[in-house]
Amino acid sequence: MAGHQQTHDHLTMNDPRPEQEYFAHLAQGRFMLQRSRSTGRFFFYPRVAEPVTGSTDFEWVAASGRGTIHAVTIARPKPPQAPYNVVLVDLEEGVRMMSRVEGVAPEAVKIGMPVQARIATEGDKPIVLFDPVGARA
Amino acid sequence: MSRDLFPRGRTAIVGAATYGMGEAPGLSSIDLAVSASVRALQQAGLTPGDVDGLFIGLPDDFLSGLTFAEYLGIQPRVTDNNRTGGSAFLTHAMWAALAIEAGQCDVALIAYGSNQRTAAGGLVSALRPSPYESPYKLARPVGGYALATSRYMHQYGLRREQLGEVAIAARRWAQLNPDAFVRDPLTMEDYLKSRMVSDPLSVRDCCLVTDGAAAVVMVSAERAKDLAKRPVYLLGAAAATDHKDITNMPDLTVTAAKQSGARAFAQAGVKPADIDVVEVYDAFTINTILFLEDLGFCAKGEGAAFVEGGRIAPGGALPVNTNGGGLSCVHPGMYGLFTMVEATQQLMGQAGERQVKDAKLAVAHGNGGELSSQATVVLGTEETL
Repeated sequence: MAGHQQTHDHLTMNDPRPEQEYFAHLAQGRFMLQRSRSTGRFFFYPRVAEPVTGSTDFEWVAASGRGTIHAVTIARPKPPQAPYNVVLVDLEEGVRMMSRVEGVAPEAVKIGMPVQARIATEGDKPIVLFDPVGARA
Repeated sequence: MSRDLFPRGRTAIVGAATYGMGEAPGLSSIDLAVSASVRALQQAGLTPGDVDGLFIGLPDDFLSGLTFAEYLGIQPRVTDNNRTGGSAFLTHAMWAALAIEAGQCDVALIAYGSNQRTAAGGLVSALRPSPYESPYKLARPVGGYALATSRYMHQYGLRREQLGEVAIAARRWAQLNPDAFVRDPLTMEDYLKSRMVSDPLSVRDCCLVTDGAAAVVMVSAERAKDLAKRPVYLLGAAAATDHKDITNMPDLTVTAAKQSGARAFAQAGVKPADIDVVEVYDAFTINTILFLEDLGFCAKGEGAAFVEGGRIAPGGALPVNTNGGGLSCVHPGMYGLFTMVEATQQLMGQAGERQVKDAKLAVAHGNGGELSSQATVVLGTEETL
C-alpha cells in the first residue's frame, strides 16, 4: 500500500486538521463551521469525520453567528474574582456551542435570549463570544 | 437492537464492603481499594487468591488493573479497567455477570478506592479539556450539571426548594448511617441560604469530596448459595452513553438512563413500581430527579413534584439513596460502586437503623461524566428469582 497516492496512508498537506484550521480561521476574523457536502448537515466541534455517517467530504462555511441561549450558569469563583456566565448557544445552523455572553450582568442572561457571535482575543488566542441582540433584558 | 440477553438470576453478589469512608489519611487509593476488597471477600469466606476476574478503575492510576493484581499477587483471567466514569462499576457488574455465565471467570471482584480528600485536598480530575470549551472556564463538573439544571428549570418550572428536598432526604438517610461523612441536621432554610457555586446549584446541591473505598464480590448463583446466607442476584444490567461534554448532550433534560433503565428492567422482568429501594448516583441534586424520571419511577417533568413531602426520605413511600448518597454519605471521586454496596446491604438485611423493611428488589444506578454515561443494575433476593 505504501507509496500508492490514493490510499492516504501518510498524512498529506491536504488532509484536514480540524482544530488547527478552526482556530486559524478565527485568528483571521472568520467564525467557520464544518458542513457535510453529502448531507448538508453542520457539525460542531470541528472533526476529521462527520458524526454517524463518518463522511470526510465536508467544507468550511461561514457561520451566521446568530444564536439563542439554550442553557446558562453563573460561575461564582472566590472573591475578589467576579462572577461570570457560561452559556450553551444554539446556532441557527443547528449546532450547539459553549460560550459567554458579554455586555450584560451575568444575572441578565436568560434562556431563549437571541445573541450574536463576535470574535475576540483572550490571552493571545481568538475566542468566540456572544452579545445580546435587540432589547436588553 | 438484536436480542438483549442477560443471565437473569444466574450470578449473585456474595460480599459487599466499604472502607475508609470520609477521611483515610496515610493510605493510597490502592491501599483503600484493597482494604475494602479483602473485607468483601472475607464475608464470603474467600481470599484474593480466589479472584480470577478483576474489575477496577482507580482515579489516579491509568493501569490500575495491573497495579491491583500485582499488589495482591493474583493473575486474573479477566481484567477490566474501563473508563466510563462513575458508572464504570455498574458496567463491571454487567460484564462480570456475562463473564461468569460464560465461564471466563468464577470469582469476580469489583473494586474502587480514592484518597482524594486527604491526599489532594480536593477534587481530582484526569479529564482531557476541550480546546473549544476550556477558554470559557466552566467549573467542571458542577457547571455542566448547573447548565442541565437551568434547562430543566426553564422547561419544567423546577424550584430550588424541590432540589432542597433531595438534599434534605439524603441528609436524613445519612443521619441513620454511622458510616456517613456528614450527619448534621440540614433544614430547608440552611439549604436555601447555602453559597452558590454555579447557579442554580449551591454547595448543598453538590456531592461531598471524601476519601473512601468499596468492593463487591460476584460468583455464579450455584456457588453463591454456599458462600452467602442471603445472596443478592443480578436480574438485569445495561449501560448507555450519549455524549461526554454537557454541550453535546442530545437533550439536557433526558439522560441515557432512559435506555439503560428500560433494558435492565426488561431483562429483570420487573417494573419500577415493583422496586423496594433505589440507589442512584447523586453527584448533584438534579441527578436524583432526572434518574427517577428516566428510570421510570415518574414521568418526565414530574420528578421535582415526586420528591416533595419527604417521599424519598426515611419514612417516605420510596426509599432513595438510603446510605445518604454522594450528597451526604461518601463521594471519593467516583461513587458508582457505593450504590451497589448499599443496595446489596439493604437486600441482605444488613443496613441497621436505615434498613428498608422486607426489601427484595433494588435498583443501583451509576452515572459518569456530565450526565454522560449511564448504567443500571437490577438486584433481587432469592424470592425474586
